[in-house]
Amino acid sequence: MTEIIKFLEPNAQIISRRPSIIAGLAEILPDDCLITDERELVPFETDAFIAYRRLPLAVVLPETTEQVAEVVKYCHENDVPIVPRGAGTSLAGGAIPQEDAIVIGLSKMNQILDVDLANRCAVVQAGVTNIAISQETDSEGFFYAPDPSSQLACTIGGNIGMNSGGAHCLKYGVTTNNLLGLKMVMFDGTVIDLGGKALDMPGYDLLGLLCGSEGQMGIITEATVKLLAKPEGAKPVLFGFDSPEDAGQCVKDVIGAGIIPVAIEYMDKPAIEICEAFANAGYPMDVEALLIVEVEGSEAEMDAMLAKIIDVAKKHNVKTIKESQSAFEAALIWKGRKSAFGATGRIADYMCMDGTVPLSQLAFVLEGTAKIIEKYGLRVANVFHAGDGNMHPLILFNMNDPEESIKAEQAGMDILRLCVDAGGCLTGEHGVGIEKRDLMTHQYTKEDLDQQMAVRAAFDPKWLFNPSKVFPLEVREDA
Amino acid sequence: MSEQELISPTSADELVDAVNSAIASGKAINVTGSGTKSAIGNNVDAHVQISTSKLSGVSEYIHSELVMTAKSGTPVSKVQKELAKNNQMLAFEPADYSKLLGTKGKQTIGGVFATNMSGSRRLSAGAARDALLGVKFVNGKGELIKSGGKVMKNVTGLDLVKLLAGSWGTLGIMSEVTFKVLPRPEVMKTILIKGLSDADASKAMALAMGQSTEVSSAAHLPETISSTFLDGAFKDQPVTALRLEGLKESVDDREKRLVKALSEYSDISVIETDQSALLWQEIADVKPFCGTDTIVWKVSVAPSLGHQLVAKLRHVTDVDAFYDWQGGLVWISLKSGHHASELRQAIKELGGGHATLIRGSDDARSDVDVFEPQTLPVAALSARIKAQIDPKNIFNPGRMSLNDDVMNKTAV
Ligand SMILES: Cc1cc2nc3c(=O)[nH]c(=O)nc-3n(C[C@H](O)[C@H](O)[C@H](O)COP(=O)(O)OP(=O)(O)OC[C@H]3O[C@@H](n4cnc5c(N)ncnc54)[C@H](O)[C@@H]3O)c2cc1C
Repeated sequence: MTEIIKFLEPNAQIISRRPSIIAGLAEILPDDCLITDERELVPFETDAFIAYRRLPLAVVLPETTEQVAEVVKYCHENDVPIVPRGAGTSLAGGAIPQEDAIVIGLSKMNQILDVDLANRCAVVQAGVTNIAISQETDSEGFFYAPDPSSQLACTIGGNIGMNSGGAHCLKYGVTTNNLLGLKMVMFDGTVIDLGGKALDMPGYDLLGLLCGSEGQMGIITEATVKLLAKPEGAKPVLFGFDSPEDAGQCVKDVIGAGIIPVAIEYMDKPAIEICEAFANAGYPMDVEALLIVEVEGSEAEMDAMLAKIIDVAKKHNVKTIKESQSAFEAALIWKGRKSAFGATGRIADYMCMDGTVPLSQLAFVLEGTAKIIEKYGLRVANVFHAGDGNMHPLILFNMNDPEESIKAEQAGMDILRLCVDAGGCLTGEHGVGIEKRDLMTHQYTKEDLDQQMAVRAAFDPKWLFNPSKVFPLEVREDA
Repeated sequence: MSEQELISPTSADELVDAVNSAIASGKAINVTGSGTKSAIGNNVDAHVQISTSKLSGVSEYIHSELVMTAKSGTPVSKVQKELAKNNQMLAFEPADYSKLLGTKGKQTIGGVFATNMSGSRRLSAGAARDALLGVKFVNGKGELIKSGGKVMKNVTGLDLVKLLAGSWGTLGIMSEVTFKVLPRPEVMKTILIKGLSDADASKAMALAMGQSTEVSSAAHLPETISSTFLDGAFKDQPVTALRLEGLKESVDDREKRLVKALSEYSDISVIETDQSALLWQEIADVKPFCGTDTIVWKVSVAPSLGHQLVAKLRHVTDVDAFYDWQGGLVWISLKSGHHASELRQAIKELGGGHATLIRGSDDARSDVDVFEPQTLPVAALSARIKAQIDPKNIFNPGRMSLNDDVMNKTAV
């Protein structure tokens, strides 16, 4: 596929040192923690932003923080760029390597170190999957709240890297609101501990700064995350509408009425069709827009909240209301929603946008999105976190058709500009990566970006961590 | 301290000008809102004082979006009044220590975010920093910088918003803040368990927080101070307080379930919305230590360790204490001496946390680090960050650490 987005020019001098770099890493790591064979490097050449691929110099999979520290120190002393990697599910290209970099993958650091129920927190290694924490604590009645749809695969390190969210973040917040502490290897191999089991950390809020820093500031090796008591019960309810406007207004008025359900997810007709075909979740097929609203608590609590939501929905001409009748049905409803991207991938290549807009702009931006897609002669399915205005238009295209690929990328960029112009932002939870990098100047001034880059430099003076990402190449000269 | 020239800009442009002229003349700036927290933190040796108090007013409030934007010097009381009109609130309950410190003036919304000071609901609803969505601030180069925005989810670029929150005016001067607000709960009830020791209360609070009943705040008021609350209603009995809030049906239901879960405790009672509101207000005001002149520390530790810390400290000196945030926030009052090193040593031995001197004589304040000293690499990193935002160190030099020199020496 034709590439619109540029990586930094690979540094031939570093590439020419490959054999000595590999030898250096081999001295630090056990044999099975170093990958150099080209065929074995292929699985690391991209992430979930598969349009772009780069083979790294080598991949290291350390087993301890000390090993990570030694590798980073080696890279610092030898000027070798580093791309940190969790599970490689980034949708923004955040984990895509470059030819002159090594990948530090955290997949072997996948132990849950401590579950502390009295303090409702868990200490885990960075390579632990998101779902593993909830699974570990489920029988005790606890869970870890942020739930990206990729939670079976994605890691806590990656979640922190992207400050990931999920369907249930409307009530529980995103990663940054659920992180208490972390251990991180700095650019020179120094290991720092931030926060811990206390509710807040002293000094500058470096935890907050590191959440969403996209592998640009260091390698996170451990995290202390909050656990919450599981709700008594939870129930997703389906609300079908004849028009996107009605659904959008309904979302705005539910929130405006002071009702905060756990989740409000939106699907348009194409998304409903795709997800229903995949999951047989029982979604209504005769509506233009569907909201999945989840309420939780005891039966009495759920009924009370639901009654209020139904009142609002009726004012917006809701056509069908369907409560899940069993845990099995509820699971199917969520399976359909959480598989939306995968199910879409079965019928076409797709690019997933991630702009966030004020709720009052939802209907307007949906309409604008449709116009942009029409202009480029493409198709789109919309499935997203409506309660917090975080939109995910999935632009469908054929990657083997170079012309269509370019159109898809351009349409995506137009949609993201529209989100910013509507008072929103480029990315609500997937991160900037390379995908949205060159649009940063649409949201921020040169001074804004210079300030961010200056702070970045406090963590990575040589710009060795994930250097091709986040900041547009053309604004960097004097950073 | 030298005599400080006071500048009170009335617009972001004037603020930029004021900072630029201070930079040009190499003058350090004492950054203030309305000065209600000037008794906290180290004294700042500065030539000018820039106050945000005339940068006042709500710029945008769309209540159906749960978002408000206000100029940084807007009084918190004004923000709360506007929110109340739409039955909304700041969920993190901005802490106000003016009663404790005996200071006057109306604290500003910028000051609350700049110090990240949150009240009892912080346990469940997050801190001030969690509510802050966007800021505009003037950095040490005299540039007006924007970070974040006005939407609930935003991961576009580095989160400088969090960095500014809790930076005590040492990184820049905020001109405007955008923050999330939430609906006010319909009803509030507080379950009271009487007669528990500190250690038993810690267990009870953990048990309650582990239920699916969404307890929003949990505090323990030992017998030495409990009579200062609600006009002496607790009669010197220790009281453990658990707050439930929300829709009426939901609170009633959760109350039943919570009381059942706490059935091992014999003396349980419930107070309703008005009394509850008063009790939590008094806890927020640190009422037991108001009107005295003891040394007051605010300590943040893992919730289950709060009472252990106090027990340790009792070996060293006379301690009055009570607990919020399930025990994770310990208010400590000391009659004789600040005992900073013993306190901090005890925190370290228990596994970490941090202590902030909130009230102390000038002598005490100049004798100790008001804020918890950081490990060397973190202090060095913090110094590098400060240097990247405020290269000439003009904003509140020394406010957060007596050891600026150490920080500068360790900076790379
Ligand atoms: C089908 C699908 C559904 C998805 N649904 C959601 C969703 O609902 N919500 C959501 O927010 N995201 C979603 N995502 C995006 C993605 O899963 C998240 O961004 C996730 O957090 C990435 O985790 P990862 O372990 O795969 O990290 P990677 O993709 O490997 O890396 C992500 C970023 O973090 C950095 N990084 C990784 N580990 C570390 C570390 N230990 N230290 C420092 N930096 C590190 C990387 O360099 C990279 O910049 C989805 C993706 C897919 C494919």
